[in-house]
Amino acid sequence: MSRITATFKQTLGSFSLDVALDLPGRGVTAIFGASGAGKTSLLRRIAGLERANGSYLSVNGEVWQDDSCGIFMPVYQRPLGYVFQEASLFLHLTVRRNLDYGRRRVSADAQRVSLDQIIALLGIEDLLQRQSETLSGGERQRVAIARALATSPRLLLMDEPLASLDGQRKADILPYLERLVAELDIPVLYVSHAPDEVARLADHLVLLDAGRVLACGPTRELMTRLDLPLAHGDSAAAIIDALVTRVEAAYHLSYAEFSGGSISLLNPLLKVGQRVRVRIQARDVSITLARQHGTSVQNIFAVSVTSLSTDSPGQLMLGLDANGSALLARITRKSADALGLAPGSQVFAQVKGVAVLG
Amino acid sequence: MLDDAALQTITLTIRLAATTTIILLLLGTPLAWWLACTRSWLKGPIGALVALPLVLPPVVLGFYLLVLMGPQGPIGQLTQSLGLGLLPFSFTGLVIGSVLYSMPFVVQPLQNAFEAIGDRPLEVAATLRASPLDTFFSVVLPLARPAYLTAAVMGFAHTVGEFGIVLMLGGSIPGQTRVISVQIYDHVEALEYSQAHWLAGGLLMFSFLVLLALYTLQPTGRKQKSQKGKGT
Repeated sequence: MSRITATFKQTLGSFSLDVALDLPGRGVTAIFGASGAGKTSLLRRIAGLERANGSYLSVNGEVWQDDSCGIFMPVYQRPLGYVFQEASLFLHLTVRRNLDYGRRRVSADAQRVSLDQIIALLGIEDLLQRQSETLSGGERQRVAIARALATSPRLLLMDEPLASLDGQRKADILPYLERLVAELDIPVLYVSHAPDEVARLADHLVLLDAGRVLACGPTRELMTRLDLPLAHGDSAAAIIDALVTRVEAAYHLSYAEFSGGSISLLNPLLKVGQRVRVRIQARDVSITLARQHGTSVQNIFAVSVTSLSTDSPGQLMLGLDANGSALLARITRKSADALGLAPGSQVFAQVKGVAVLG
Repeated sequence: MLDDAALQTITLTIRLAATTTIILLLLGTPLAWWLACTRSWLKGPIGALVALPLVLPPVVLGFYLLVLMGPQGPIGQLTQSLGLGLLPFSFTGLVIGSVLYSMPFVVQPLQNAFEAIGDRPLEVAATLRASPLDTFFSVVLPLARPAYLTAAVMGFAHTVGEFGIVLMLGGSIPGQTRVISVQIYDHVEALEYSQAHWLAGGLLMFSFLVLLALYTLQPTGRKQKSQKGKGT
């Protein structure tokens, strides 16, 4: 039974947490919400760092907490890994001994991941002999992730592991996270308030607001649902899966097929037959009534408008359907009126920029 | 110069201070840990009791211990019924008095260090499969090591320097309870200033060197904190 089932109900002063979740026991599930939504509270209760009475939690068939029959496994007995927001390395230990700390406490037959593999995955070979306090913030966080993985956890909990890092360091670490998610078969619960991290990493999404679950489902679906906050604002984007069919090295372009047609990608390093995840931001999509010719825009898809929703006083967010793939477009209210857009309108989406997420 | 009697006094003083320090580190560790972690209302009263010797004249402490451990006191009756005899005017009695008297000098640095470590390293250890006891020995003790040095040195030095309690509780029995400070007092009473000078000067040097060592070996908190906060 590959599910994570959790029910937590607790009132803490003015804040109350009230969630019932049934999540896939594989892949990355992002817990997304504004600060104060209860993301960390939820994660800490899943870890057992805090206890909510009257709760239930089972992870892939193993009950970690069931207050109806008095079960509460203490944190140190739960086979989990936890990465805190700020890398909390043991400053009295070297990097190597930090990595060994948890690993030494796990019995040999429970170790399923080799330490060398983890060290290579996170690129920390050169740091092993260093004292923890001499590492930079990004290095510390990579070591902290490796340390958690070294215990061969059956569930990895990450609490905004990139939040304490600046933009460049975040960008440095994300590829490591993507690699470990792809290579290690460990379910991950990933707390974040950054839509781009969620888009890149998560298969599944829990939207949290004021301690309650607003929505829960596959990332792609939730990102393009106009009734949810994720599909609004500057970072609103759609994720589509596509298959690389042709590479035009001379122009540094690759072409990938998805349900709505062929999409050109400014990336010559892709290989034919490769599956790619592509992000199309709503602000990069414009709408025309007829297919434009004589334009520099390469990616034009026939779409139908599925829904419209106010994004800001002067802007609308459009939900689009490209033959089965959902897209978002953000346009001005004036343009929408001028084009007479309504649900069901058949139009063309011009996409100015696409990003390959890997 | 130092004669045999003086050497005996010095040896006894060191033996008393060392015994007291070891007992205090053993007792003080769980007490300081409890004070650092507890949310009980008892934290205030117990903390105040531990700190009491900081402000109380040692003579007062010595007086009450004398009463409690004397033939009519509850502790005295207990030790007599156990066949241990009476504790006042014995080495054991002095150790008990010294432990109480030097308690804050050991417990407070430890408590401060435990509090400074915070919850996070303990939580990290728990997520890395360390039981609470395991965490204490593998994380808390190593992180609090500088505080242990401070606590041991302060507990030792403070015991060496005590006078009032010894006077009340120990008297001046050579080889039993006559420690340096009492010996100095006896010398001065007998107008033996040169002998008093040797011991007093020695104690002065000792105290200075101990504090010098403590301050040189252990640069205060700032350095560690700045390393902790370095986030580049």
